Amino acid sequence: MRELILILMTGVLVNNYVLQQFLGICPFLGVSKRFDQASGMGIAVTFVMLCATAVTYPIYEYALKPAGLEYLQTIVFILVIAALVQFVEIMLKRFIPALYKSLGVYLPLITTNCAVLGVTINNITAGFNFLESMVSSLGVGLGFLLAMVLFAGVRSRIERSRAPKYFQGLPITLISASIVALAFYGFAGVVENILKV
Amino acid sequence: MTKDSKLMIVLRGIIMENPILILVLGTCPTLATTTSVISAFSMGIAATVVLICSNVVISALRKVIPDVVRIPCYIVIIAAFVTVVQMLLQAYLPDIYEMLGVYLALIVVNCIILGRAEMYARKNSVLDSALDGIGMGIGFLLALILMATVREVFGNGSFAGLAIPFLQNYKISVLVQAPGGFFVYGAMIALMNLITAKQGGVKRKSFSCEGCPSSGHCQQSTACASAGAVKPTGDENHNEEA
Repeated sequence: MRELILILMTGVLVNNYVLQQFLGICPFLGVSKRFDQASGMGIAVTFVMLCATAVTYPIYEYALKPAGLEYLQTIVFILVIAALVQFVEIMLKRFIPALYKSLGVYLPLITTNCAVLGVTINNITAGFNFLESMVSSLGVGLGFLLAMVLFAGVRSRIERSRAPKYFQGLPITLISASIVALAFYGFAGVVENILKV
Repeated sequence: MTKDSKLMIVLRGIIMENPILILVLGTCPTLATTTSVISAFSMGIAATVVLICSNVVISALRKVIPDVVRIPCYIVIIAAFVTVVQMLLQAYLPDIYEMLGVYLALIVVNCIILGRAEMYARKNSVLDSALDGIGMGIGFLLALILMATVREVFGNGSFAGLAIPFLQNYKISVLVQAPGGFFVYGAMIALMNLITAKQGGVKRKSFSCEGCPSSGHCQQSTACASAGAVKPTGDENHNEEA
């Protein structure tokens, strides 16, 4: 249990995918202009990450590995994720229209989100079992959500402030992202110490 | 639309439409692999090889691939080349394979490659697409090396692994860590704004969805529109809106 909490908290805070590992930067910068969109995107990514891990882990463990086809990992995973996102979209549209309305618009953007592919590959590389992989994906997804929501707040302030001429737009956004990333540095070591691992 | 000369196609990728500094595509590997010049160089070469090969194949198959399923087709083609590069590196340069780690596999979802397939290769001849791939690849490589040089020289006091005596005592080590990546990138784009502004100005697209490879299918969806993005032009010549 302690290990699982450690994996979860590592994903959320210490190893935050956006701010420490630079995965999923495109949606982080692109969709963080408004709070509601940022949280919608964050929830959608978390959801897709969980689904993707639930599907790719068994495929790797029970199909690719016994057949000695580990080198097909990249190509299989990206196809599975692309198909899965389409599938989730269709299912939501058909059965839960309310949820589709709030999350559906973000789904096509997620297919090529490197954080989703990254988390499935990292789970395999780290040698996690199924439960650990799911927990790790949940942690990473929540970390993404946290970063998106935090940054949306920061960004709404930036939009109204006056940046130097050549820093307007993207550069000032990146520099504020750098400061937010610096804040996340404070979490390094904290989780390990609390859990005495 | 007038046809550009062959040289222009290559040069455009390197300077006027530099994928990193002007188009702002492929930010993830840019930030992640520029901690040292060597890893930036390897990443640049790996991505360039994949970009050229996939551009050529996609352009050659542009009349065969049905429009509706083009994105999955492109992804398969790109993923196949990424796997080839992965296996070659693993066999001949295992150190670099270890260093790039997950980012090597993530070339598959690199916005530059899918973006060029969508914006350029599917509308142009094989030769032009190959040249576009070379130009964009070199532009990507140069920008990566430039950024890695800044980060490694000031952050680690070395260049390509070789220690610089004086700077060893004055390392700004935050530059090689995550916050420094964002900071250097932001500063470089600001510098680029300054330079381009003096030359009459290349209008940077407000960055949002238009650079993103899925812009093709999310054109209809409201996410981009409500995010205030300019509608993706899908034009081969992106600077025309400037």
